[in-house]
Amino acid sequence: MTEALPIVIVGAAPAGIRAAERLVEAGVRPIVLDEGLRAGGQIYRRPLVDDGRSYRNRYGSEAKKAERLHAVFERLRPSIDYRPETLVWNVSGLERSGHLDVLREGVHRQIAFSKLLLCTGATDRVLPFPDWTKPGVYTLGAAQTALKAQGCTVGDRLVFMGSGPLLYLVAWQYMKAGARVEAVLDTAPFRSKFHLVSLFVRAPRIVALGLFYGAQLQLSGVKVRYGVRPQTVLGEERVEGIRFRAGGRTEALACDAIGYGFALRPETQLADLAGCRFRFEDRDRAWLPERDAQGRTSRKDIYVSGDGSGIAGADAAEIDGELAALAILQDIGNTVAGDRPRQLTAARARILRQREILESAFPFPRDWFETVPPETTLCRCEEIRIGEIHCAVGAGSIGEINRMKALSRVGMGRCQGRMCSAAAVEVLSSIRKVEPKETGRLRAQAPVKPIPLGFGGPLDTEESR
Amino acid sequence: MSRQALFKRRYRRDEEAIPFLLNGLPEAGRRGDTVMTAILSLETSLRRTEFTGESRAGFCLIGACQDCFVMMADGSRVRACSTALEPGMAFLTDAVEGVEHD
Repeated sequence: MTEALPIVIVGAAPAGIRAAERLVEAGVRPIVLDEGLRAGGQIYRRPLVDDGRSYRNRYGSEAKKAERLHAVFERLRPSIDYRPETLVWNVSGLERSGHLDVLREGVHRQIAFSKLLLCTGATDRVLPFPDWTKPGVYTLGAAQTALKAQGCTVGDRLVFMGSGPLLYLVAWQYMKAGARVEAVLDTAPFRSKFHLVSLFVRAPRIVALGLFYGAQLQLSGVKVRYGVRPQTVLGEERVEGIRFRAGGRTEALACDAIGYGFALRPETQLADLAGCRFRFEDRDRAWLPERDAQGRTSRKDIYVSGDGSGIAGADAAEIDGELAALAILQDIGNTVAGDRPRQLTAARARILRQREILESAFPFPRDWFETVPPETTLCRCEEIRIGEIHCAVGAGSIGEINRMKALSRVGMGRCQGRMCSAAAVEVLSSIRKVEPKETGRLRAQAPVKPIPLGFGGPLDTEESR
Repeated sequence: MSRQALFKRRYRRDEEAIPFLLNGLPEAGRRGDTVMTAILSLETSLRRTEFTGESRAGFCLIGACQDCFVMMADGSRVRACSTALEPGMAFLTDAVEGVEHD
């Protein structure tokens, strides 16, 4: 009987935690699976041991939210079945009752579910440039994670590059932590920032914070350049500098680490393996699982929430998690009183409208591959160069991303396309001179992350425990 | 192999030392370190790639890019960014990777 099976949440971050909270309030005891060592996700990631820093020091302007969410989680722990360090690597058996294939502490296990809520979050969206694989080049999120969770900086003298609100925030956080920030290289033109004027009306706090970070950086002598395109990373065995073009000039700066990125890309592999229908979202330049306002997908019993269902940020994810929990409660026959779902949906829609403006102020560099030479590595895992994609695609005979993957191996490596698929789509669409949407959707494959195979290894099923 | 540190510690500097072996030599991390922090606070590389042999030192730090796998002395591998350092761990960072068996 499906009634006896648990409701399972994947991800213990803003969306997953708020969803669990709402389910627990209704008397449900969900299983919460999380890959992290501690709950909180990436944005509210916690260090492994207390390092003496205050919430204010670690999470800055988001300290109160982080503290609140961690407190909610600690309060929930006795009422949920929480399993940290658990990799969910497949969703299967959907013809009957669905189950998850998970790996925890070296033990494979299957967990059957009645309802599945995927709160899988996002990763940095990155694009290749010459020598981006060199030690010392990290994503913006990585640079922030090193500081937030490990109390270290990824270098001592840094250049930050890319597009997105995180660019200025991380640069500022590094400066405050005592690192020398050489420059912020914004890949967007300066004029794009005028869009922030219209955002100020809707979200003055976001704009005020951004202006504050920018002003403090400039007052401290940090160089800020706009319309930047990198040429190469300098240094043999590690980063020693960066050479780039901006405003028609070539410039070189010495540094020992680079943090860069272009906003976020949603993690959607599990929704794909669960058989959910996808649609292309122009705002994220990505394929997303189709969902209703509360996170119901095209598959009965499968729900999605938070950044993994479309990039909207942590505040929206908290709202969205509760929305999904309310959808699940409604679908198992509980009465959801009042107009809470309507209020939450409206609040989330407001944040999504702000996102539209942010996207204009921090645009994705659509012409990126016009200046990246063919010998540049595209796929970090399999070490495949952009020129090899050109060869594989040939004279216009291949126009579809899965076909390109089969012929070039891009997206087949250990990261399963997490670090290269956004770029691969841009390369293919630039060769074909079509919109990214026209190149199709890269299909997910299990396992979604590397797992030790170990034939005859331990397999445990939930029912037997 | 360069012995120049990539990461710079800003907090937890006086935390309890956790001994480990790096390419056969005794080293120490700090309580609360990931494997990545422990190694990159001492040197610049975690591994060499199987095709071109170039150095890598991780990239995303959130367990997504799989770039920070480090070879252990017993032949197993750990994902350095999301594995806590434990006393007595032994890492080999300058071996060129062979064919993957797992």
